[in-house]
Amino acid sequence: MPERTVMIVDDAVTVRMFHRQILEQAGFAAEEAVNGIEALEKALGRHFDLFLVDINMPKMDGYRLVAEMRQNDDLAAVPVIMISTEAHAKDRDKAYLVGANYYLVKPVKPEVLAQCALLMGGRP
Amino acid sequence: MGLKKHHPPSSSPSSSQRPVRRDPERNFKGFIAQLDDPNPAVRRWGARDLAAFPEAAPILCRHLAKETDPTVREAVFSSLLRIGTEEAVTGLLPFLRSEDAGLRNGAIEVLQQLPDQTARHIEALLQDQDSDVRIFAIDILQTLAHPDTLGWLEEVLNHEEHVNVLATAVDRLAELTLTPGIKEALARLKQRFANEPYLTFAIDAVLARASVEDSQ
Amino acid sequence: MSEAAELALTDADFAKFRDFFYRKTGIYFEDSKRYFVDKRILDRMRATGHDSFRSYYMFMRFQASGEEFQKLVSLMTVNETYFFREEYQFRCLVGPVLDEVCRHRRPDEVVRIWSIPCSSGEEPYSIAIYLLEYWPRIDEVDVEILASDIDANVLERCRQGIYSKRSVQNLPREILEKYFTPLGQGQYQICEDLRACVDFRQANLNNPAETRFYRGIDVIFCRNLLIYFSDESRRQAADVFYDALNPGGFIFLGHSESMSRISPLFRVRRFPDAIVYQKPK
Repeated sequence: MPERTVMIVDDAVTVRMFHRQILEQAGFAAEEAVNGIEALEKALGRHFDLFLVDINMPKMDGYRLVAEMRQNDDLAAVPVIMISTEAHAKDRDKAYLVGANYYLVKPVKPEVLAQCALLMGGRP
Repeated sequence: MGLKKHHPPSSSPSSSQRPVRRDPERNFKGFIAQLDDPNPAVRRWGARDLAAFPEAAPILCRHLAKETDPTVREAVFSSLLRIGTEEAVTGLLPFLRSEDAGLRNGAIEVLQQLPDQTARHIEALLQDQDSDVRIFAIDILQTLAHPDTLGWLEEVLNHEEHVNVLATAVDRLAELTLTPGIKEALARLKQRFANEPYLTFAIDAVLARASVEDSQ
Repeated sequence: MSEAAELALTDADFAKFRDFFYRKTGIYFEDSKRYFVDKRILDRMRATGHDSFRSYYMFMRFQASGEEFQKLVSLMTVNETYFFREEYQFRCLVGPVLDEVCRHRRPDEVVRIWSIPCSSGEEPYSIAIYLLEYWPRIDEVDVEILASDIDANVLERCRQGIYSKRSVQNLPREILEKYFTPLGQGQYQICEDLRACVDFRQANLNNPAETRFYRGIDVIFCRNLLIYFSDESRRQAADVFYDALNPGGFIFLGHSESMSRISPLFRVRRFPDAIVYQKPK
């Protein structure tokens, strides 16, 4: 079976490294982008099983990225976990409204992220 | 049909220039009036042309608060960056509290490009009651070209309580070289937050990048 | 042996530099590029009189003008110009990009293509040749090619259209024979017809008075320029392009450039041959 693939979108380099380690251990092949535009540049026309998306990023934030993904034939159906430092209910609501499938609050526990990633982006 | 021919190569380009279409009110008042036009393209032009008027900074900031079109916002941010005055910076700071991620991040990007004017406000932002604002202050430091950056980050490591603010500060150190004081602060932090997997991971990653020369 | 000759980067130094450079430019150096990167940084350390990576890196990272960083960008990227450079982008132009541009047009509407910086002219002439040779609709549609550069001296060379053997070496022989006249001594001159088809003008992207002329553009080629700009100039250039383009118009950037480090104004489009950026319709 080919590896599952995940796109990690976050402008913090150590967060990308941390999430990559967790998801690689969970069996994903990971790619990274520092903002929404780079994620689209790298993902359009390709297959991804999961996107892990931060909210605050330069040029294109997480909400705009997910909204664009949902408009795009290539990426409309890819499960998205949004992950942010913002714990307010309004942020969670906004994430779901733009089309996120799940919302996690930082700092995230590795086993929770891994489990969540497998549920969302795992293939039977 | 096909490729259109131009003037013979010998003709002077300046003499063949088309006349520039000028709006009747191409002045400060006219540009400000354009900001209220229903057409976003006209508002964009107004915002772009106001870059030539430093006194427009507070007006542009006020307009930003109500502007919803992302292309007009982008022009306003560009003009505020070009104006680049203290007034432009103080007018942008309130947007760090905005609930709109696009406005927040746009303001952060402009502030990052104005190191001298922004530096004066960093300490106050790092003391803000709202932890999100403290995080955004550290986001500004991500590419701010200011030599006090390491000192500010060391202060955060030593005095901050909020785990996400600390985590953001640790991340910024991954692309910097460390002072002995910062290395010690990181070691203390790692003990204090031994149960926070991301923070300990990030501290290890940053310390692993500390050159031998950093401790000298 | 002098101290400077013993300078070296550690793995940790390289990791920091790599992440910073990637954040700023979008270019990520694999480990296999280590020697290439180290050598250039060490050259700059010597040139700026820094005897440790630490002091050089802090100088570069915190320099308000960003000048030293831009020097590094120039050293880390290859910037040369020749006919049909990055040919896959021209293929994309005469394929899906112009198809989209012309889809909702009246046939008598002119298609405008802007090449900036045109440097010594290889790019706009390549576009002209590509359209004539490979775009099936060239006989139905009028195309105007505008070319500009900040340097007035190169524009005169563009109008003369004389090129070295190296510059034309990527061209298929039949194209070279069809559009160029050999002048001897390895020099080739592009034919008069093509020279008359490109409108060369001076333009500085940071001078609004010089860019206001460019309106109603359908496709912009701006390759390997913005990566050498400061963040502020880059943002200003993106504003100029946005307002110069027709709704739905396209921008091609250089192969190592990414819009993710430039501007959020454009949509990312992936075509079989290339990534292109589009002004929303």
